[in-house]
Amino acid sequence: MLLEVKDLTVDYGMVRALKEISFSVNEGEIVTLIGANGAGKTTTLKTISGLLKPVSGEIFFQGKRIDGLPGHQIVRMGVIHVPEGRKPFVDLTVEENLRLGAFTRDSGDISGALERVFKSFPRLRERLHQRAGTLSGGELQMLAMGRGLMAKPKLLMLDEPSMGLAPIMVEEIFSIIKEINQQGTAILLVEQNAFMALQIAHRAYVLETGAIVLAGRADELRDNPKVKAAYLGE
Amino acid sequence: MTYFLQQLINGLQLGFVYALIALGYTMVYGIVRLINFAHGDVFMVGAYLGFFAIASWRLPFPVAIVVAMVGCALLGVLIERLAYKPLRRAPRISSLITAIGVSLFLEYFTSLKFVFGPYFRAYPRPFAVRTYELAGITISNIQIIVFGVALVLMVALTLFVNRTKTGLAMRAVSFDHQTAALMGINVNNVISITFGIGAALAGAGGVLYGIAYPQINPFMGIMPGLKAFVAAVLGGIGIIPGAMLGAVIMGVVEKLTEVYISSTLRDAGAFAILIIVLLVRPSGLLGKKQKEKV
Repeated sequence: MLLEVKDLTVDYGMVRALKEISFSVNEGEIVTLIGANGAGKTTTLKTISGLLKPVSGEIFFQGKRIDGLPGHQIVRMGVIHVPEGRKPFVDLTVEENLRLGAFTRDSGDISGALERVFKSFPRLRERLHQRAGTLSGGELQMLAMGRGLMAKPKLLMLDEPSMGLAPIMVEEIFSIIKEINQQGTAILLVEQNAFMALQIAHRAYVLETGAIVLAGRADELRDNPKVKAAYLGE
Repeated sequence: MTYFLQQLINGLQLGFVYALIALGYTMVYGIVRLINFAHGDVFMVGAYLGFFAIASWRLPFPVAIVVAMVGCALLGVLIERLAYKPLRRAPRISSLITAIGVSLFLEYFTSLKFVFGPYFRAYPRPFAVRTYELAGITISNIQIIVFGVALVLMVALTLFVNRTKTGLAMRAVSFDHQTAALMGINVNNVISITFGIGAALAGAGGVLYGIAYPQINPFMGIMPGLKAFVAAVLGGIGIIPGAMLGAVIMGVVEKLTEVYISSTLRDAGAFAILIIVLLVRPSGLLGKKQKEKV
């Protein structure tokens, strides 16, 4: 098991955002957490990446306990979080953003990593010396994911990559996610767009008000009448 | 005309010293959104460290500047770790009040007899003052040193911030702590480095101030500190080139007010700038217009 979350409880301000949730991600998998706004999806990712401290529970990555470690150490282990809203450094150039993604790596590895990112996102090469603030929404999502790939992740956690994008761009982003996974990176995908997420994921968990209410293979959940009614709008 | 140019050069000299202080204000604000009111007192400590290095330890002048810079860097990091870091998640007013407390502490603690002592001290000149005349304008070797050292430090800082990995990390942290942490940046270390660099520049400024205006006391940091703060606001707080520009303008305005209007209005001229900036262009000369979030 690559990532194992055990009985995780997290408070967000005064609110209990997660109640003893448990789930796992295996090597080579795409796992998706789906659920409505406020179900606790983003909180889950923020806790894994060390931005939030859990009240109780444990998180293991490659068998090592990581809850309680500062965020920069978790990044060094290969757990990369591409945050909701993409969070580009808008005043910096595309190149500087990508270099920041490779912050934990030796400078010798950077040009190879850049080439690797340009293979997935050729458009970033054209925009390399532009300020990130001038990019379109789809390009910003590419930048955020490219920045994440620069760190050579073992586990890439994507928070709402489809948010605010045109349907054709959503298709493109999701096919790239699949491609990244096929090259050996495990992916933990948080999405409100359950339809798309369940198409590319191997397994899925359904989160409702801070608790996991359903879990299983993605194709099974896709056919589950409850999921269909609540998340697929059928 | 010659007189004007002469005063302009004197104003620039003052402005370059202000710039070294203003940079620390603006860098610290950029990274933790705190007006570090103890910064002027760090400048004072730098002046004293230079004083002891030259007068007591008989060190050569360049070494004295290094001693002041290293000593102040350590002091700056210490202040951040002890006073500000525990308050990082507290309301901003708490850190601001703490900053004023640290400032008063440094002024009165160093006034104790066994520290620096409460009295004025004459700053030792590490070399004889020479003056050179050029087309009717007098320039002293002291002025040349002030310009030279300040310029070298400002160029070095600009290169550091724009060309090094740590500089890139500083710019990332100043934009957003959380996202910077997601890049694997140790945010606490970057904040410490920023305080250290800012304090080191102020320390160098203290030594330059000492040789240029050769009398020091534990309260000498208050006025230059305030003016450097105004300079940082004038240039656009959080913006490094803005602090340099603002400081040069402050120094020149102060000098020209002194010689052309009245020496008692010198400080009023400087602070009038603050009022005008806040009224006309609150984000400063190089600052971006902030969109108000509703």
